[in-house]
Parts: sequence; structure tokens; C-alpha cells
Amino acid sequence: MGDVNRSLTLDGSEQGFATTRVDALLGWARKYSLFAYPFVTACCGMEYMALTSPRYDLARFGAEAPRFSPRQSDLLWVVGTISQRQAPVLKRIYEQMMEPKYVLAFGTCASSGGFYDNYTTVAGIDKVIPTDVYIPGCPPRPEAVMDGLMLLQDRIARNERRPGVVKPRLDPVAEAKALVQIRKSAKDPREVLPAIKTEEARSLVERNGGAK
Amino acid sequence: MSQLALDKLRERFGAAILETHSQFGDDTAVVEPSAWKAVCTFLREDPALDFDMPVDLCGVDYPSRATTGRMEVVMHLYSISQKHRIRLKARVGDEDMDGAELDSVTSIWAGMNWLEREVFDMSGVKFLGHPDLRRILMYPEFEGHPLQKTYPAELTQPLVEYRTEEEAGVPLQKQEPFGPDEGMSFGRRGLPRVETDRD
Repeated sequence: MGDVNRSLTLDGSEQGFATTRVDALLGWARKYSLFAYPFVTACCGMEYMALTSPRYDLARFGAEAPRFSPRQSDLLWVVGTISQRQAPVLKRIYEQMMEPKYVLAFGTCASSGGFYDNYTTVAGIDKVIPTDVYIPGCPPRPEAVMDGLMLLQDRIARNERRPGVVKPRLDPVAEAKALVQIRKSAKDPREVLPAIKTEEARSLVERNGGAK
Repeated sequence: MSQLALDKLRERFGAAILETHSQFGDDTAVVEPSAWKAVCTFLREDPALDFDMPVDLCGVDYPSRATTGRMEVVMHLYSISQKHRIRLKARVGDEDMDGAELDSVTSIWAGMNWLEREVFDMSGVKFLGHPDLRRILMYPEFEGHPLQKTYPAELTQPLVEYRTEEEAGVPLQKQEPFGPDEGMSFGRRGLPRVETDRD
């Protein structure tokens, strides 16, 4: 490995240095060394497994190392439905984490309670602990979660704690309306695209890169 | 084969079997609550019946039937040796769930232990003689029984006090696509609230 005592010098004409602010440097350092605590309670866990395994490979984003102790982790993944009975446990876990700590609500149940609108479920983990990023989806696709992670890393780099929501790539309501419109008016499947006439349907097509 | 258990029950217990039917081939007997344990013992011990497997136990609330017993406790049994099934029902409790009591059958089927705890937790039926009648799904601090129709649909009993916007320091209103209806545009949050006694 060579002489370890050799002093480091920069080659070339630029004897360079870079200027930055300490918080910007810290943010840049933190965003790629997220140690995750997966708090997995429900079916979203399947997508979490897909996300951390080689096909989607969360390691590319510097957030793959799970630490099953809250004291060693700084990103809490809340993956799944949180029942009222579990809320004290979740809060305790959050309190045991070291600063700076971030919370990611994975899926609709963790974000808002989802369709569990009843006596047993917490209507979103932000009722109990501060939450940085919400990822909608039931469960969200791994791509959506990566969007969420990158959103969080962006916030960390800019040292901003305002909560963020991952924007869905498709609006299910507009999509459903467009489908109804298509089915009502299309006699021949080849007429489907010209048959999209409503405002929602047109905007849907535009947002998805136009009619191909 | 069908009807054998019902015939035997009618012959043995007479008036304590309030009604029977075999709709769609499902043998069902409605039992006088006081005879609940005797009927269960008979079903378990009669060699021709031999119901050795407790399949399910649940409570169904019919507030309109307050005079004949509001809470219907439904038990499903199966016999592994005889390969037949039976459904037992007992109607207990008045309007205010007073007298909603049944004898525990844990001494006959040990597997009924947790099922009876669940019916107690969810529907509020007390099982007399149960070795450990505690809540099993909800937490001990929970008040009321959520599957009674009188339990307000929107009432939650959080163990952790919910955060307020002041202490959070950031707006807690949900952004799109969750919105003020918490992402449940089809849920009851969009509907006018129903007044209850607890208000």
C-alpha cells in the first residue's frame, strides 16, 4: 500500500481548497450515512424487503445498513399500520434515537391511518412522533419509496425539517375517470386515445408524457 | 347424518333448545343461556357426536332484539372423528348489556380460552368460571367494548396523547394526497358527525 507517512499533495496547477459552511458539509455527510431502524408492522414490509434486496438495492443511496437498536440508528422507517396499542412503543423507540434523527412514514397507513378509520388504529404516526417524509401507496412501489428517500436526503442536505410528501406519479382518481371515459366512448379499441376528451383525462395524458 | 346432532339435542334438552334450523346444510341450534354448558358437555361427550374441535366463538350485536337477548354468542364446533359440524347460538344481555353472562366452556375445550377472552373484549359478554377473563386484543386502559353497536364509530382512546401543532412547531395539516380527510375520501370523516351520548 505504499508509504503511509508520505505527505499528501495535490498534483497539477491548482493547489485547491473548497469553501463551504459547516452545516452544509454536515448535511452532505449525513445524507449518505443513514442508519435505518426498520419498524415493520404490516404488509408494507414486503415492499421494504424488495427495496433492500438486490433488485432495488437501497445501498445505492447510502441508506441500506439496518441497525436493530434505536440508539445506533438515525432514520426510523415506520412501515405499516400503527395500532393504538403500539403507539407508546413507537414513541419510546423514537425517543431512544440519537439526534439528528429522521422519520419516514412508509405507506398510507403509517402516513394517515389509511382505511383503518376506527377505534384501534393511530390515524398517522405524526399524531405521535414528528415525521419528515410521507410516502403514499398501499403499499407504495419501491420506486416511490426511493423517491421518498431521495426527498429526505434532499431535506437533510439543505438542513430543512419541513415535512414532505412523495408525489404520486399517477393520480388514481383522474386515472379512474379517464378509464370510465374511455370505456363509455370507445367502440373500437383503436379509438381509445382519440376518445379521451375530458379535462382530467387530457391532463393525465399530458402528465404521463403525452399520448403515444 | 345431518340433523343427528339436532335431533339428539332436542330429545335430550327439550325446551332448552329454543329453535333449530339447517339452512344450506348448516345445523344450527339456539340454546337457552342457562343450558349452555350442559349442551356443550353433551356435544363433547356423546360418542356419536364427539365434537372435539372448537372452531370459532364470536358475538353478534342486535340492539333491536333487546327483549330476547341482544348479544348473540355464536359457537362453531367440528368433530374430527365424525366429520360433522354444528353451530350453537345463545342470546344474552338486555338493552344495557345487563345479564350478558354465559358459563365458560374452557373446561370442555381448552382452546375456547382465548376465544372467550376475545368475545369478552370485543362484545362484553362475561364468561362465568373462565380462568383468566382479561382483554386480549385491546389494551387494559380501553373502556367499553368496540363491537357493541352502541360504541361510537369515531371514538378512539389513544394511549399516547396526540401532538398538537404548537408543540410540533410545524403545520400538521396533511398535504395532498392525504388532505383533511386523512386520505380516506370514502371514509366517514366526510359525512356529518352523528351525535352520541358521549358528547
